Amino acid sequence: MRANDVIQQFAASGVETCFHDRHISPQIYAGLNGSNWSLKDYEARGGYQALRKILGKDGGEGLTQDQVIATVKESSLRGRGGAGFPTGLKWSFMPRQFPGQKYLVCNSDEGEPGTCKDRDILQFNPHIVIEGMAIAAYAMGISVGYNYIHGEIFAAYDRFEAALEEARAAGLLGDKILGSNFSFQLHAAHGFGAYICGEETALLESLEGKKGQPRFKPPFPASFGLYGKPTTINNTETFAAVPWIIRNGGQAYLECGKPNNGGTKIYSVSGDVERPGNYEIPMGTPFSKLLELAGGVRTGRKLKAVIPGGSSSPVLPASVIMDCTMDYDSIAKAGSMLGSGAVIVMDDSRCMVKALQRLSYFYMHESCGQCTPCREGTGWLSRMVDRIETGQGRPSDMDLLDNVAENIQGRTICALGDAAAMPVRAMIKHFRHEFEYHVAHKTCMVPAYV
Amino acid sequence: MISDQTKARFAREVAKYPAEQKQSAVMACLAIVQQELGHVSPDSEREVAAYLGMPPMAVHEVTTFYNMYNQHPVGKYKLNVCTNLPCQLRNGQQALHHLEKKLGVSMGETTPDGLFTLQQSECLGACADAPVLLVNDRSMCSFMSDEKLDQLVDGIRAAEGK
Repeated sequence: MRANDVIQQFAASGVETCFHDRHISPQIYAGLNGSNWSLKDYEARGGYQALRKILGKDGGEGLTQDQVIATVKESSLRGRGGAGFPTGLKWSFMPRQFPGQKYLVCNSDEGEPGTCKDRDILQFNPHIVIEGMAIAAYAMGISVGYNYIHGEIFAAYDRFEAALEEARAAGLLGDKILGSNFSFQLHAAHGFGAYICGEETALLESLEGKKGQPRFKPPFPASFGLYGKPTTINNTETFAAVPWIIRNGGQAYLECGKPNNGGTKIYSVSGDVERPGNYEIPMGTPFSKLLELAGGVRTGRKLKAVIPGGSSSPVLPASVIMDCTMDYDSIAKAGSMLGSGAVIVMDDSRCMVKALQRLSYFYMHESCGQCTPCREGTGWLSRMVDRIETGQGRPSDMDLLDNVAENIQGRTICALGDAAAMPVRAMIKHFRHEFEYHVAHKTCMVPAYV
Repeated sequence: MISDQTKARFAREVAKYPAEQKQSAVMACLAIVQQELGHVSPDSEREVAAYLGMPPMAVHEVTTFYNMYNQHPVGKYKLNVCTNLPCQLRNGQQALHHLEKKLGVSMGETTPDGLFTLQQSECLGACADAPVLLVNDRSMCSFMSDEKLDQLVDGIRAAEGK
């Protein structure tokens, strides 16, 4: 057997993470099986009907730009990348009458630890992203777009490129799409290992062929984006939600979820559950239901804590998260963030100091070095958690950790500083006793952990 | 020297961007160089810089900023094992340790036969597949139990006649 064939044997099939019957009313993952990603299959699932609808190519009148944006506003779709900003509102910020080039960018730089939903979308349903982007481009009068894909998921990049070829050949991308006056060129770009490029302005820098160091905001990308031109950036899952909204209406999408939290959301469940994977469920579904879909906590263990929205979101103890529903407002009320919807589950065998040690190392490693509080602070945090974990901690360290984190938060150009600080502060807040035990006894209070 | 064939791949990337923004293709061009030559040498950086019309230092900034570019030669098969928290909770660290033992090297090192380089890596974006590792930047291997890790390493060794 050739070496490449050996390696390919271990490629993920998607069966475990995506092709299962444990979604609830899925829209983006509906009907996928791994071999039906192509244009023909996507169209058989109703694909590109939304694009035909807005262009008036389905026998109807077509939709104006304002009507498309109004529909997305009505849907209450909020950005799926982490910030949860209302998508329709973001689209309305684009200066449509700007005379020069404008750009549309899809943020597929999915590197927030815990998050692996966009990878399955891009690999197994790439055309839904293309259609969503084409609709967005139409609504905002944009003629060129890029999808910036996480460098580590090259199979998804290759798949997206293949889908682009199909769409171009079918006249669904390019000049005068489906014979209309709407033209849209879409290309794929890739990162090569930099968490920071998930930050939208760092992504733009990277797309311009530079180090991915975030820009000051304002100016926001809507006025000064790619190559200094007006640019709208949305997450992969956000674009993927758009075709359904256009086909079925904003109200119908809103009704899938709950007020102010429209539609379905994909949660990447990882860690101590029986069946890690991606689960697409309506906004507002109880956390307990999501946990049940993921097979529950590992056999014989009890739930200890959950990081509900990717590694940057504050950890919540079991008692708090079990009362939450999975939507932006409920998780925010509980003191955390829905973020990217990456749910990291930890059971009662886990040491919180050990968990924070790994996360703090990550933020130190990925700080771009531009702002002093983040560059120096993330290293300081990491070294302190390290010494607590290895039995060298001092009684004053917990307060010092909190203090250093506090002095990073809100004092950096981008949100990576906040992302590094929030997990620390939440861990100290909810699990201070474990840190104190480590310092006092130079060992872990949790008997068995990995 | 960068071959004509490689330059054809570069051209495909450059064509994605406005004519005056060729620099945008630098990430892809460097990744192509790495795929073909194994690493990005200062000579390669200069050639990419000349091709894209940018200062060599601007190319070097990119090579050194992004984790996946190899600034030095690596083994024929570079294995990057994710050990970030979601993977750590599902034996990511254990997978790295298993490979250290299996290959007889510590993370960051290359086996004496030049076949494998083993590295710890940050989030690969495949958390539900843990333990995961990336082979040569482009091939993700999922659900890598110790047994599968052995199959992977033994399989590659057999294919390479070692």
